[in-house]
Amino acid sequence: MIWFIKNSVTRKNLMALTGLFLSFFLIVHLAGNLQLLLPEVQAKLQYNAYSQFLGGNPLVILISFVLYACIILHTVDAIYLGIKRKKANGVSCSKDKRGRASTWYSRHMMALGIIVFVFLVIHFKDYWYRYKFGELPLDENGNKDLYTLVIVSFEQLWYVILYVIAIVALGYHLLHGVFSAHRSIGLYHPVYNSIIKVLGIIFALVITIGYIIIPIFIYINHQT
Amino acid sequence: MTKITDTKVPAGPLAEKWSNYKATAKLVSPNNRKKFEVIVVGTGLAGASAAASLAEMGYNVKSFCFQDSARRAHSVAAQGGVNAAKNYRNDGDNVYRMFYDTIKGGDFRSREANTYRLAECSASLIDQAVAQGVPFGREYGGYLRNRSFGGVQVSRTFYARGQTGQQLLLGSYQALLRQQKKGKVKLYTRHEMLDLVLIDGKARGIIARNLDTGEIERYAANTVVLATGGFGKIYYLSTLAMGCNASAIWRAHKKGAYMANPSWTQIHPTCLPQSGEYQSKLTLMSESLRNDGRIWVPEAKSETRPPGEIPEEERDYYLERKYPSFGNLAPRDIASRAAKEQIDLGKGIGPLKNAVYLDFSKAIEENGKDIIAERYGNLFTMYRKITGIDAYKEPMKISPAAHFSMGGLWVDYELMTSIPGLFAIGEANFSDHGANRLGANSLLQACVDGYFVLPYTLQNYIGNETDRSTPPIDHPAFAEAEDKVNRQMERFLSCKGKRTAEDFHKILGRELYDKCGLLRTKKGLEEAIQNIRRIRKEFEEDLMVPGDAKEVNSELEKAGRVADYMELAELMCIDALEREESCGAHFRAEHQTGEGEARRDDENFSYSAAWEWTGNISAPNLKKEPLIFETVTPTIRSYK
Amino acid sequence: MKIILKIWRQKNRQDKGEFCDYVLEDVTRDMSFLEMLDMLNNKLVKQGDRAVEFDHDCREGICGQCGVMINGIAHGSLKNTTTCQLHMREFKDGDTIYVEPFKASAFPVVRDLKVDRSSLDHIIVSGGYVSVDTGQAPEANNIPVTYEEAESAFDAAACIGCGACVASCKNSSAALFTGAKITHLARLPQGEKETASRTMAMVDQMEQENFGHCSNTEACQVECPENISVLTIARMNYEYNRAKILFKK
Repeated sequence: MIWFIKNSVTRKNLMALTGLFLSFFLIVHLAGNLQLLLPEVQAKLQYNAYSQFLGGNPLVILISFVLYACIILHTVDAIYLGIKRKKANGVSCSKDKRGRASTWYSRHMMALGIIVFVFLVIHFKDYWYRYKFGELPLDENGNKDLYTLVIVSFEQLWYVILYVIAIVALGYHLLHGVFSAHRSIGLYHPVYNSIIKVLGIIFALVITIGYIIIPIFIYINHQT
Repeated sequence: MTKITDTKVPAGPLAEKWSNYKATAKLVSPNNRKKFEVIVVGTGLAGASAAASLAEMGYNVKSFCFQDSARRAHSVAAQGGVNAAKNYRNDGDNVYRMFYDTIKGGDFRSREANTYRLAECSASLIDQAVAQGVPFGREYGGYLRNRSFGGVQVSRTFYARGQTGQQLLLGSYQALLRQQKKGKVKLYTRHEMLDLVLIDGKARGIIARNLDTGEIERYAANTVVLATGGFGKIYYLSTLAMGCNASAIWRAHKKGAYMANPSWTQIHPTCLPQSGEYQSKLTLMSESLRNDGRIWVPEAKSETRPPGEIPEEERDYYLERKYPSFGNLAPRDIASRAAKEQIDLGKGIGPLKNAVYLDFSKAIEENGKDIIAERYGNLFTMYRKITGIDAYKEPMKISPAAHFSMGGLWVDYELMTSIPGLFAIGEANFSDHGANRLGANSLLQACVDGYFVLPYTLQNYIGNETDRSTPPIDHPAFAEAEDKVNRQMERFLSCKGKRTAEDFHKILGRELYDKCGLLRTKKGLEEAIQNIRRIRKEFEEDLMVPGDAKEVNSELEKAGRVADYMELAELMCIDALEREESCGAHFRAEHQTGEGEARRDDENFSYSAAWEWTGNISAPNLKKEPLIFETVTPTIRSYK
Repeated sequence: MKIILKIWRQKNRQDKGEFCDYVLEDVTRDMSFLEMLDMLNNKLVKQGDRAVEFDHDCREGICGQCGVMINGIAHGSLKNTTTCQLHMREFKDGDTIYVEPFKASAFPVVRDLKVDRSSLDHIIVSGGYVSVDTGQAPEANNIPVTYEEAESAFDAAACIGCGACVASCKNSSAALFTGAKITHLARLPQGEKETASRTMAMVDQMEQENFGHCSNTEACQVECPENISVLTIARMNYEYNRAKILFKK
């Protein structure tokens, strides 16, 4: 359907709306994940029960489909815009210093997005796929034991490093993406724009720090 | 020497002439209008507004400009504002007063009826521009704001910060493009008109060069309108754009259109001084700066202290001293001449001793920096970009520079030249400003000609025409004109001399500025004529134009323009020499009062000098259009 | 001052083009960048070589005709400045300067440093005007426009159409140019009436001219000679969405 959109404003709208939804999801996801920081016994039961609840709630299932759609649309739209961009650029300058006028991460949303996307694939494969379709042992309450799966994976240093890199990339992606999305859908008032800009920075920071704390906390706690 | 008697000024009292004209002018029915082709050369305020207005009426318009977009015509550079007798300020303004200010400002050397019409149509222009979305300065309550300008004692100047010309031009450019969308205007950008085509003595087409491909192209029409602006660039150093030229009107002149008062060039008092040999232009700083800036020079010759260290009592605010009632707002010709006088006395400042100070310290003290920044912010920024100096902290250095051509193609009341079917509007014609143009009247004239006058007068011409067909472009007249154009370019390319067109232009400009600029003498002008002939001969023999005619070739474009300047320059000197009086911008040293003011000679020179091409550059034929003042009585123009 | 120039020379649209090296010895600090190019051309022509073709006209920063990439930056290193307002005092003795034309698919090279920017005109043609004929205008003071409205409309209207925004944009987007015109007219009661149809037409035209999308890097505002605000782009997006949702034909 992206190929049918006839102009860049609508395409950017799609980018913005899917992006904003994904950002919203990041909050929910973070809230869930922060349970991993609870004392071990409590964390295990609560986290697994939480996962079980999400998997069984029809509303959540419905939203999860929206989420998958958003990921796909956001990605496909980005690829399409990338192609359009190449076409619009034509032959570029041999000596190119255009970058001095903007931030590096705003110019490299595509690269940051690719890192995040690659990470997502791994992330889905390691947790989502195994939780949904794989065999997992049950915990004391009879829920699938996702908790142990997560803890085990974060005991490996390389996995933590990979995770941190991806989250930092995501952080920069958000740093530009959140306020840019508001612009794309047409927030033009200067005051609200400065508010959004600050909120965007806070949001990116909170998400980045929030997600990074978890694997590092687990890794350090389980070094015996 | 013959007299021009038929100026087509309608009968009746001054205030009713234009209404009378409109009431009796021929009309063309809406259905028939689409059968007529009009060529408009130039897309500045005059050209774009005329092309758009005519297209709106239903005519098919072909619009030409040499720039890469119609929006870049030099009207874009006008800064200060546009005058209109709206009397929004309740300060006693009205059409008559505006007319009188303009005709007095022009030193009683313009045609009464034209000047009155200019004032009369001024109010509608503001309405039109506002409707197009021109963001004029406003009061907080939402009503239009005004400021005052040189040579008047009321506030009738409307402005859009320091970019009034740009905003007005965008208005007419947008109107033009709107007609392009409707298919009524066909726009030819990067096309330069190289000749006018006459069939049976009437203007019926042009030869243009496509500057992107070098192709010579023919365009036919029922009438041709020239809106190609002024030729102040002839002085090389001027406030004009690099591409401004006289070629279109000069080539029309050589086809029979009279040139009127070509030597009357306004030298603008507030420009940035020349700082070196390489310099290509003198940037204008809007005259509006004189509302708040005070002009002075040090009392002592060869002063070396920086301006801030020169105490008040050692400064000479010469405009305030000499013209107490107008002070720093004295008209341009007077302010320029006064500056030249100070510079010639050795009181000039700056490294080349060629400038005077324009000081804002008092205004900043009285109003605060913010108010001054709001009024002139972009000018101060521009000043800093060019000179590297912060004018909020130290005074600007300014000097006079060639700016506006009051002269141009002679036109009658209908704005038609002496060639039937050829109209000239805006700065390209000579009509409304006399010997000196008041500030903020040039945007006005361009717009009034294009929006409100030409649509009536051109229609009157078409309505009276019996031959209603567009001539075929294979008519022998086109072939002949094209051939001439090709031969000239061939000459430039095959010359293979040692100097560039720009070299010649600089020499010519210097000569003219020295001898036919702010101050003219019989001896100087006679010398200048000799020198110009010599320079012209050298130009013919020693010009270097590399490349080919059938490609982008800016050197070839320049060569054509300079060749025309070489001829026009001589006519300017002949014109200045012939006029044994001082009036407005034309100041002959032999004709001044004891106090050094201009001395007009109404008895012998109350006429416009229209020159007819004879085939011999040095022997043009003078036709005099007597200036008949039915309403005003010419007086000594005093701004004391 | 000695300056080493590497200038892009290209004979016509089809030609591949290449850098040519030139050395100028007597450049002075007060020269403008374009006067330095004049100096070069004067030298080239006297040798019988083709002059470097570049666009320029008013040389006071308002016509928008000049514009080249200087060391990879549109209009050179000074922010919010046109090429003609850039002076050689910004360079040092012995500097090497790369000069290239503005590059974007929508701006094909005509020759050397000259590009064809008629695509910007086409965007205006598609709807960047108020539909008023000569003579239809009402008395100017009939519709008050507040000081703030007029000033903010002016801020957007100040665009000189030089194309530096496109050249500075990593996506070669003309969003700032288009947004500026839409905002200018939408801010005024005279222009506001047609905002919906105007915005839709202009946005579609941008696409047809092969301009890219806007990703809000904000580089355009930095290089824009008139410092046009990037918020005009957001205004365009807003007006476009509003039109798509609310506009009835």
